[in-house]
Amino acid sequence: MLTAFFWLLALFMAVLTLSVRPMGAWLAPLASGQVPARLAEFDRALLRLMGVRDTAMDWREYARAVLLFSLLGALLLYVLQRVQGWLPLNPGQRGAVTADSAFNTAVSFVSNTNWQGYAGEASMSHLTQMLGLTVQNFLSAATGIAVACVLMRGFARRETSNLGNFWADLTRISVYLLAPLSLLLALVLASQGVVQSWAATLPVATLAGGEQTLTLGPVASQEAIKLLGTNGGGFFNANSAHPFENPNELSNFLQMLAIFLIPAGLCHAFGRVVGDRRQGWALYGAMALLFVLAASALALAEAQGNPLLNALSADASVGSLEGKELRFGAAGSSLFAAVTTAASCGAVNAMHDSLTPLGGMLAMWLMQLGEVVFGGVGSGLYGMLVFAVLAVFVAGLMVGRTPEYLGKKIEAFEMKMVALVILLSPALVLLGSALAVVSQAGLAGLANGGAHGFSEVLYAFSSAANNNGSAFAGLSANTPFYNGLLGAAMWLGRFGVIVPVLALAGALAAKKTLPPSAGAMPTHGGLFIGLLSGAVLMVGALTYLPALALGPMAEHLALWAGR
Amino acid sequence: MISTLRLSPALAPGLRLLGLFTLLLGLLYPLLVYGLANALWPWQAQGSLWLRHGQPVGSALIGQSFAGPQWFHGRPSAISVEPGQTPVSTGSNLGPSQPQLLTQAHERLAAWRASEQQAGPAPQDMLTASASGLDPHISLAAALVQVARVAQARGLDAAQLAAQVRAQAAHPWFSDGQAALARVNVLQLNLLLETP
Repeated sequence: MLTAFFWLLALFMAVLTLSVRPMGAWLAPLASGQVPARLAEFDRALLRLMGVRDTAMDWREYARAVLLFSLLGALLLYVLQRVQGWLPLNPGQRGAVTADSAFNTAVSFVSNTNWQGYAGEASMSHLTQMLGLTVQNFLSAATGIAVACVLMRGFARRETSNLGNFWADLTRISVYLLAPLSLLLALVLASQGVVQSWAATLPVATLAGGEQTLTLGPVASQEAIKLLGTNGGGFFNANSAHPFENPNELSNFLQMLAIFLIPAGLCHAFGRVVGDRRQGWALYGAMALLFVLAASALALAEAQGNPLLNALSADASVGSLEGKELRFGAAGSSLFAAVTTAASCGAVNAMHDSLTPLGGMLAMWLMQLGEVVFGGVGSGLYGMLVFAVLAVFVAGLMVGRTPEYLGKKIEAFEMKMVALVILLSPALVLLGSALAVVSQAGLAGLANGGAHGFSEVLYAFSSAANNNGSAFAGLSANTPFYNGLLGAAMWLGRFGVIVPVLALAGALAAKKTLPPSAGAMPTHGGLFIGLLSGAVLMVGALTYLPALALGPMAEHLALWAGR
Repeated sequence: MISTLRLSPALAPGLRLLGLFTLLLGLLYPLLVYGLANALWPWQAQGSLWLRHGQPVGSALIGQSFAGPQWFHGRPSAISVEPGQTPVSTGSNLGPSQPQLLTQAHERLAAWRASEQQAGPAPQDMLTASASGLDPHISLAAALVQVARVAQARGLDAAQLAAQVRAQAAHPWFSDGQAALARVNVLQLNLLLETP
């Protein structure tokens, strides 16, 4: 299985790396806020149609617009779920979603988390899936990309408060980037067997004389943006493990690629926007390095399999198969698990709850690193840039110079914002998990006992606070307790980061850009890649090691000791 | 209230964009995908149904449950089918060290040994539940073990049937010729049995 995995990983990284330049070229004009000349006329017409004026916003106005728009989106999605029973396009006759679940799902999709406490095929009408969930898949992704664009502008612009216009950014990102890419991917996926149908169920008289109910729906359209926008909310409960969402190896490969496509391309766009492409490649290099290491470790754990099951099976060499589909195998599932947790996607093609203890730990840890190893669309880049500022700051302390990044002096205000961003998600994860494991309502949701039960809770909060959305799904999280607490973690984990990032962008844009000096540390070489990956690893490892020791590590030791 | 007033300049464009994008991306886009997908790939877009005597007998992509000696059997599934309810796709979500996982594996091993007249271990895919509960495949090894039983129940030549099964096998990318990773579609095999 490992041979198959490493070849698959090599092919994946090769294709991804080839996509970085063209994607970066596509993204850079959106990021800098300049429309290419050949699109200028169309762009004017588009903005007029949408009623948008491309006026300057400072960071406060931008943040207000982001928050208000997300709040409106969440309200609409909440209401839609509550009244879906009376609306058309409801062939499965789904009734209203409960209030706490509707709240959780509304926050979840607006915050680009797409944590799912509900089971898609049993809860949501087609209309809710399309008008509500698909739309927020697009808009939450566009919001994340817009915020990343603003931070890039913060570095590129000098002595200005103008960071661009949120409404114009949102419109352009949706129309020029996400919609065409999604249409293309939806059609390719449909050619492989992803369904796009208005029926909800199709009863079939089976070959053996029984009856089978096939569940259908407008899946392909939602599937494409679910991956491209690193959303991850499946049409069906089994997500990308369901054959109608992910029918074969080719679709699986394309789905993984779609998840990383925009986060990787944004690195290159960053290099272009700040006028030094090497800067973008350095970020891509650090992300790729961390990803390849983590993915390989995850696959090694899965290849070892489960010693208890290995003893009963004739073919331990295929790796652990509980909760995995044979068309992907342990190789295709390990890579997918690493991709979906490195990016804050959260789509799954295997049940993460049944991963081996160390495999599950690596999936969890990739989220706990703050979703900066490619990360979510936009959020991965702005998260990584925050770590880059931290790395430059630490290096500056070591040599006793005022730290600079891309000609911008890093001073007290910037570091306060950086510290806020970096401390927020560990606080949410650890405090939330602690609260859940000391309360009756929290413990009631556990499907598994012992160390694994703790892992389920830790995974849930890591996923929610970092806006990933995947789960150790044995946890019964569709309860008022988890819906409420995880909903709060998702909202704070998203917007509690976005606001300081926008403030950071505002502060940077207001500064002068200093000419490069001989004493400044270069931020494009191997040394910086090492420093940056080191900063991400150190923060992630030191924060979470104790909690991980109580959960997956304890389970691993017990499992292999035969207890 | 005060904060609402302060936000009000953003309210109008916010509402307008949300409304317009809901129509564009929530209605127009899925309709466009529906039209194009069903025009270009109607069979796939409607569930990849296999027909027999003009009637659908299942999807090429979705596993079915088969019992009885005359059929090839699929993987264990964690889906519980309740009458009148839409079946929800799911895996077992049992953690690797949960006692229930091991109990289930032992039960499945015992059932496998009884139905296949085998001693010793079983292919792992027959001991474990898939992720979706709808896995259409089993390993080639699991199918080959079942050949003896199926051939006997149907009065077929076992060697010939085994050759037919091998011909249906799909090999994953980069499997490096490892036979343990090859898989077969169970419904496809059973359709083959029913086609004279």
